[in-house]
Formats: sequence, C-alpha cells, structure tokens
Amino acid sequence: MRSSRALATATALTGLVLAASACSVSTKDDTSSDSPSSAPSNQGVSTGSTTGAPKIRDVVLVTHDSWNLPKKLVTQWEQQTGYHLVVRASGDAGKLTNKLVLTQGNPDGDVSFGVDNTFATRALKADVFAPYTPASVPAGVSGYDVAGDGGSHLTPIDHSAVCVNVDTTWFAAHKVPPPASLDDLVKPAYKNLFVTPGASTSSPGMAFLLATIAKYGDGWQDYWQRLMANGAEVTDGWDQAYDVEFTQGGGHGKRPIVLSYDSDPAFTVQKDGSTTTKALLDTCFSQVEYAGVLTGAKNVPGAEAFLDWLLSPQVQAKLPDAMYVYPVVSGTALPADWAKYAVQPTTPLTVSPADIDANREKWLEQWSDVTSR
Amino acid sequence: MERRHLPLRRFPVALLALAAVPVAVLAVFFVLPVVGMVGRGFRPEGHWDLGGVLDVLARPRVHRVLWFTVWSSTVATAATLLLGLPAAYVLHRLDLPLRRVVRAALLVPFVLPTVVVGVAFRQLLTGPLSWLPIDGTPIAIIAGLVFFNVAVVIRAVGAAWESLDARPAEAAAALGAGPWTVFRTVTLPALRPAIVGAASVVFLFCATSFGVVLTLGGLRYASVETEIYLLTTDLLDLQGAAALSLLQLGVVVVLLFIGARLRPIRTSTSRQPPRPRRPRPADAPQLIVTALLLAFVAAPLAALLVGSLRVASGGGDRWSLANYRALTSTGSHQALLEPATTALDLSLRIAVDATLLALVLGLLVALSVTRRTHSRAERRVRGLLDAFFMLPLGVSAVTLGFGFLITLDRPPVDLRDSPWLVPIAQALVALPLVVRTLVPALGGIDDRQRQAAASLGAGPLRRTLVVDVPVLWRPLLASAGFAFAVSVGEFGATSFLARDENATLPVVIFRLIGHPGPMNYGMALAASCVLAATTAVVMLVVERLRVPSLGVL
Repeated sequence: MRSSRALATATALTGLVLAASACSVSTKDDTSSDSPSSAPSNQGVSTGSTTGAPKIRDVVLVTHDSWNLPKKLVTQWEQQTGYHLVVRASGDAGKLTNKLVLTQGNPDGDVSFGVDNTFATRALKADVFAPYTPASVPAGVSGYDVAGDGGSHLTPIDHSAVCVNVDTTWFAAHKVPPPASLDDLVKPAYKNLFVTPGASTSSPGMAFLLATIAKYGDGWQDYWQRLMANGAEVTDGWDQAYDVEFTQGGGHGKRPIVLSYDSDPAFTVQKDGSTTTKALLDTCFSQVEYAGVLTGAKNVPGAEAFLDWLLSPQVQAKLPDAMYVYPVVSGTALPADWAKYAVQPTTPLTVSPADIDANREKWLEQWSDVTSR
Repeated sequence: MERRHLPLRRFPVALLALAAVPVAVLAVFFVLPVVGMVGRGFRPEGHWDLGGVLDVLARPRVHRVLWFTVWSSTVATAATLLLGLPAAYVLHRLDLPLRRVVRAALLVPFVLPTVVVGVAFRQLLTGPLSWLPIDGTPIAIIAGLVFFNVAVVIRAVGAAWESLDARPAEAAAALGAGPWTVFRTVTLPALRPAIVGAASVVFLFCATSFGVVLTLGGLRYASVETEIYLLTTDLLDLQGAAALSLLQLGVVVVLLFIGARLRPIRTSTSRQPPRPRRPRPADAPQLIVTALLLAFVAAPLAALLVGSLRVASGGGDRWSLANYRALTSTGSHQALLEPATTALDLSLRIAVDATLLALVLGLLVALSVTRRTHSRAERRVRGLLDAFFMLPLGVSAVTLGFGFLITLDRPPVDLRDSPWLVPIAQALVALPLVVRTLVPALGGIDDRQRQAAASLGAGPLRRTLVVDVPVLWRPLLASAGFAFAVSVGEFGATSFLARDENATLPVVIFRLIGHPGPMNYGMALAASCVLAATTAVVMLVVERLRVPSLGVL
C-alpha cells in the first residue's frame, strides 16, 4: 500500500520533471525557428554559391546594454549581406571595455560597439582592436577620432553630450531664474536643488566629473566641495537621479536641476508642443562612442561589413530614436522632436582620452573623498 | 544478505560517488572561474605578485570598507533577528487568518530586483517619510537590508518553531516556570540551530549586498562588494579586486565554520508538534512587532503598486492599467528590443531549467552529506562538503561573471555563448537554499528505518522509495519553489550573462528604468509588480504543500 503510493509519487515527480522540461531554454530554440534569423546558424558555413573561402554567416557583436537598433533595419542588412547578426550585450561602457580587455586575443565576438572616449585609451593600449578603417569614411566622422589613433582602430559612430538639465516649469512657478553655468550651481539660490549620478558608478556621472575637471583644472576638488556644501545630491545611477529625484522624472521628485543628456528636452515634450526641460549648454561634456573589429575575430569580413553599415545613412538616421545619441555623419536628418527641442552644445568641455586613462583612478579616489562625509 | 550494509559502510566510495556530480559542477562553474579571476589579480604580468595583493590590504580605504561592511551587516542581522523572531512566532505558532498568504507575501522582497525596491524605498524616504532624516544614511541602508532579509528569519526560524516538540515547554510550565523562563530555558535553546543558521545566511546576504548599499547610501558608503564591483568594472584594478575577494571568502568560511559549530545535527523526526493556537492577550507585544514589520515591508511594495497604476495625463496623474497593457510593447522610444511579456516568458523558461538543475544537484549534495557516518574523518569530509556548497553565497557576482568569460572560453569547456550559462549560474545561486532545505529533512530520517526495510528484503531502490521519498518529496517541492523564485528574480549574475536577444524580466526592468520617458518608468514598475505577483503565487503554492519543516535555510 505504502510502497504503491511512493511509486505513484515518484511517477508523478518524473512526470512533473518531464512536463517542466518541455518549457525550457533548450526548447525555446526550436520553437523560434519560424523567424528568418534563427536558421541553423551557430558559426555555420553557408552552402550558397559563393566561391573561395567558406563564408562564416554569424557576425557576433559585443556591446553594452544600451545597444538598440530597429529589428527591421537589422533584418534588411542580414538579407542584403547574407550575414546573421548575433548580439551579446551586457553592462555599461566600463564593463564592456574591461570585458574586452580581459578576453583580449580570444574575444567573445567579432566586432564591438560602445567603447567611449573615456575608456578608448584603455582598450587601445590593451590591443583589443585590430586595425581597420572603413573604405569610405563619410564627412564629419573623422572629427571624432581618438587623438593618436586617427581612426585606424576605432571608428566613431555616435556622439552625445552630458549636460546639466533644468525643469523650466519649476523655475517659472517659483519665480527664480534658472541657473546657466557650473558656477551658478554653487550659489545659495540653488541650494538643495541639484542631483547627479555619482562618478564611480555611472558613466554620465563620470562625464560630469570630467566636465568639472575640464572647466576648473586643478581647482575641481574645491568646486566639488562647494557643490556638496550647497546641498547637491549624489545618487548611484542615472535612473535614481532622474526617476526619483528630478521634478520632471517618473517619480516626481523634489529637485529641479539634474545631470542628464542634451537630448532630454526632446523627451519631455507636452501635448501643447512645449517642452518642460532645458539643457544648460555651458555645462556639457562630450561623449563619443566607437566601434572596431576585435583582435582575434573569427569573422573579419563580416565584422568589417557590419562596421561599414553602422556608418550608412539608414543606421545613422535611426541612432537618435534608438539610442538617444547624435549621428556622427554630417548632414544626417534628425527626428522632428530632436530638431526642434534638442539643442547641442557648440563647444562642449573635453578631456583627452589619454589624460582620462592616466588619471581615472586618482580622480575617482579624490572625488570619493570629497563627496563622502 | 550481507549486501545491505555495504553502500553505507564503505563510506568514502559511496559518499564520493554521490557527491561527485555536484562537486564537479561547482568546480567547473564556480571554483574555476573564481580562481581564474582572482589568479589574474595575483599574476598581473604573468608572474606571481603576492606583495601587490598584500599592499592592497594595507590601504586605509580597504580598512574603512571592511569595517563598514562588518558593522553594518552585524547591526542589520541583529535588527532582522529582533524583528523576525516575534513575527516567526506569530505567523507560525498562532492561528491567525490569512497567515499563509502573509507568509508568501513576505518572501516577495527577497526576490525583487534591488534596483526596483531601491527606487520604491527612496520614493518613500524622500516623499511621505521625508520627515525621517535617514535618506542617504547608514540607517537607510540597514532598513533596506532588513526589508530584504527578514523573510529568511521568519521562514527558517518559523518552520523550526512550528515543528518544535511542545512537550518540554509544557513540562517546564507545569513545573511552575513563567512564559519568559520557558522561552529562555527551553524554547530558545531548541531554536538555536535554526536561529544561528538563519543569522549566518542573513549576515552573508547583508555583507554581499550591492544594490541596497549604493541606492540607499547615496554612494557615501562602500562595502566590500561595491568596492569589488568598482575595482573590477570601472578601474580594472584586478589586484585590488582579488585581494578583496579573498577577504570576502575568508569571512564567509569563518562564518560557515561558526555556523556549523553551533548547529548540531538533528537525529530524529519523531516529535509532537503543537497545533497553532488562537492569540491570547499575552501575545500582544509579538503581535504589535509583527504588525509594524508588516507595515514596514508593505509600504515600499504598496508604493510600487500605486506607481504602476498611475499614468501621467495633462498636468497630473490618473489611475490606469496602461502601464500593464504596455508590457506587450517595446516601451516608449523603443527602450526594448522585445516586449516585456517575451522577457517574462523567457524568465519562466530559464527558471524551470535552473530549478531542475538546482534540485538535482541539491538532492545529490543532501544525500551525500546526510549519509550515516561512522568516523570523525567522515564527519569532517561531510562538513566540508556541506560548507563547500554554501560558498556561492559569498562571492561577488561580478567576479563570477568575469571569471566565466576568461576561464570557460576554450575547449573542452567553451561555454561563454551557451544558452545554458544563465540557468547554470542561477542554479548555483539557488543551490545553497535547496541544500539547506533538504539536509534537515533527510538528516531527520532514522537510519534504522532503512535497515529495517533492508532486513525485510528491500533492495536499495525500493529502500529509497519507501523510506526516503515519502519524507523527502515535500521539502523537495518546497525547495523547488525557492529555487524557482530565486531564479526568476536573479539579477547580478544574469545581467552579466544575459544576451540582448534573451533578456530576463529583471534585466528588462533595469533597462526600462534607465531610459527616459514616463511610460518606461511606469512599465518598469508594472513589470516589477508582475514579477512580485509571480513570485508570490509560486510561494503560495509551496505554502499549500505545508512542508512540515523547511529547515534551516
């Protein structure tokens, strides 16, 4: 009696296990075979009529988790070229760079997008990228090259600027003129109104620290001391600063001055066609994102074709909507909201990638000392 | 007939054979990556540099970080115990309506992504609770840690309390001991293993918590875990990270050793657990503490729910389900590549795989560490094995994540790109909980039952079926629920390994919250609520099974 119950239980458990395993990741691969992109692919060799060396189908992109392009666009490229794009996205620009450095020589992919000007030197020094310059570089692109590399390993793809943003409705309602510069942020009129993500945990936060270093030189620690004394709030991530603390963020916070991007005003457009935020253009630090073919890539032709495609007019035009950044190619049309509301700084603050690489640790340590109490 | 004792007596062979599979899995997917990553720190230019690592340990900043980690975790553990013990009593010994639902709901914070809870918590601290000047202070961090971990104490201690033999306490009371004396001299000593076990797990969780310290401390405080993250992902100071990882492992090992010392092995399941009784006026203090605790846990969750049901319209907000409907889209301004519902689907699939893996491994571990031992050496090996499988709790996800990339990168184990890496990583995270649930149940089986079955002619398989399976199947299902919930909510390791094409729900929430646009924020809150509800339902099902003893976590 007892043993038959035990047997039944065991049978039931086995059944459960079988039923459960019917909905696992391994079966996911089979069920999704209706989409064109998941035909037998894993480093598969195409059996098409191409001659010469067998062509590897998969092009593996290693990138950060802000990577985003419309599916349709990617499918189009795949159909035109016969390649299949595999995306491996995780972490931010810092994590990405360190991952590339750690896997140097045996990379987890063929091509990388997302190393920015604050990390470019570290990647170049570690020999992460193989030499490649697109056959035709459109106008405007080489202006963003990493100094010293001249576009030989890293190709600029997009740029953006990290700026102090203000909630114009808040300042209008409180009849206070909004601040205009970094100097203003330490004035008593703006006490307890500013929030920024921290430099040690957030890449826009790091960009803001670099902006103050570019502006004040050796006096930056003094500036930060005054900024903190004036009640600036430091959060760990951009989301905390914008979503929780900022008055125009999703959480309706209490601080009307936030560190964010120059394109933000395009995202706070109201029904009546006005926007409620404004970027302070004298406070901006310029960020450029690069792509490059990885040293040790399995599919070098595919990686190069992908990189060329990133500079194509179709992709460049989609960058603002997909990744909140500006195209590097001159003359690319911007989306209507961007053209109308997002104003770019004409002379953003910059620090050379080599300087950043040499001093990052020291600066972060000093910054932590100033901001922790 | 002589056969019957062989598998048990020839200890090392039987034990090692049983343990071989889980040990191998842990060796490949845990020891190898961590050693690889720490090794890079020890050999920066290809040759050993121990001096460099020791130099790191002499940095004043490292001392500050270590001190903060130790004291904040200690205070948080103490606070969690103080609040959790009365609640464990109330929710497991008193006959209150809805106590099962409350118990299931209390586990929700445990599996919610810290990024979301951090946001909800801060909204409370900067909004309705802004009169409490604790935002950005260690008190806020400790409150956050208590919020996340109190369920561990309630569950582990409550389960032990529920199955506690009532007779000694009754005898003491009959001999004239007051309630306090009974508690101090009878109940507390009996609960000590459970309390020590729960406290050491809570301490581990506190000491390795990452999001809470950053989000609620406003970057002013650094723990060992956040420091490892900073050194590895930002500064690429592998030497510093390696030194801190070793420090962390050292603390974990010491803690496990203490825990094992204070946790005697159970010998028998023959008890007479009391039925829950109706509350009496004397229970008022415990009931009040429990009510306060529930309010404390419910507040951020309520803020989350309310936020998910509000959408901006005109100048203000209104109630709407739009955020939930939007989960089938890719977010405003295309924040996502796939709709959040796809991510939920994938999360559940991965959780099934991870649960199965964790169960199979956990069962093998539990079987091997509870086999009857006959010598000190055997017991020692058994204790070591037991502690070995707790280690994943004490290692930073970033160390493991980078370790995967640099060690599993060439044949025979080129697994960097395998879709199985995510379930395996999650299974490793869930494994300690599974083992801690199964071991007490298996350990409670009297070996004489197996011997009796054997003497009646039952073979090994038959013995397992009649003796072990009936006792085991409920804890097994319970730990399945645990593993499932942990896997669904896992963020640290998953965010490292998840690909863009198959992001899990916590990863998607993280992405949504990091993109501008009010709709994305609302969707992140809605997705969090879906995650919370999924977890609560799984936990409720587990509660329905009424596992008599969920053991010491």
